[in-house]
Amino acid sequence: MVSLLVVSHSADAARGIRDIAGEMGGADAEIVAVGGDPDGGIGTSVPAIQEALSGMDGDEVVVLVDLGSAVMNAEMAVETADKEVVIADAPVLEGTLNAAVEAANPKASLESVRESAEEARDVSKL
Amino acid sequence: MTETAEAEAVIAAVERVADRIEAEKSHLTDLDSAIGDADHGANLHRGFQAAAEKVRDLEDPDAQEVVKTVGVTLVSEVGGAAGPLYGGSIMSASSEFAEGVTAATTVAFAEAYLEKLQDRGDARVGDKTMVDAVTPAVHTYKKSIEQDDLPPVAALAKAVDAARRGVEFTVPLRASKGRASYLGWRSVGHQDPGATSTLMILEELLAAAEERFDAEPDVDAVSPTVPDETPDGEGN
Repeated sequence: MVSLLVVSHSADAARGIRDIAGEMGGADAEIVAVGGDPDGGIGTSVPAIQEALSGMDGDEVVVLVDLGSAVMNAEMAVETADKEVVIADAPVLEGTLNAAVEAANPKASLESVRESAEEARDVSKL
Repeated sequence: MTETAEAEAVIAAVERVADRIEAEKSHLTDLDSAIGDADHGANLHRGFQAAAEKVRDLEDPDAQEVVKTVGVTLVSEVGGAAGPLYGGSIMSASSEFAEGVTAATTVAFAEAYLEKLQDRGDARVGDKTMVDAVTPAVHTYKKSIEQDDLPPVAALAKAVDAARRGVEFTVPLRASKGRASYLGWRSVGHQDPGATSTLMILEELLAAAEERFDAEPDVDAVSPTVPDETPDGEGN
């Protein structure tokens, strides 16, 4: 089972994105949200991401990230994870939606979920 | 120096850095509020306070363990980009102190730190980041030790001088990495907070080294602001 971890500078934003993705076809996928700095303010935290990863049921995880330091902190957490984890190069909301739809597919693989997320890079809204 | 004396010297330097960052907390946050998200001072302060505490609590450490502990603690406590950039690079470079702190191992540490920093942040000189302070400092330090045969404290003084000019060099640049890059031209005219905190840390390391070795700084104005060659070796 491929799971998703949403990492945002804001815990609220991460939860919101998780909720939207869950409604939009990803109801069967495991989606976990993590965000905020070590003081609970806006930012990202390596231990929080590590903890979220290790607490997930899935042994394969695609990580969706928002901006710069979320990427770096996620990379550091991924380096110490004891499961197969990849970071998708995708817009965090649209990428999570796409990935959640794919992750709910029983034939999904780590790569297919990552690719689905990354396909969201080219989506034009107008 | 014995292992214990070395570790004590490093711990004293960490405490100095923590005190300096505490004193400069609002200065760093002011710089970061101009072109970032106004948390650099608070984040670094939280990280270095925790690091100073952690290294004081180590039982019978050597220098490598002290330095590694600083890195691990910064990664955990800082948040933001400064956590993985400072902490991750320190962690990774700390192995260079396996045989203790000498002129040669400090050069190796500095080079390993710069390499990891560039790798993690994907930034080069001119991107308006801490790399603009670290790169000239590391190159100057290495040259001063290996080529000019200066004692480490004098070499560090030159490196600090090079870093200072690197910080000034960030002011007119347009940021192309980090949060400031979202501001485009609005980032021009502001000093980079990460380069500034790097300079502060180097100044404290120099002060700690001078205190330890009771040496006078010996700086003239010849250290380069940027390396002689571009990082990809194409020259300039």
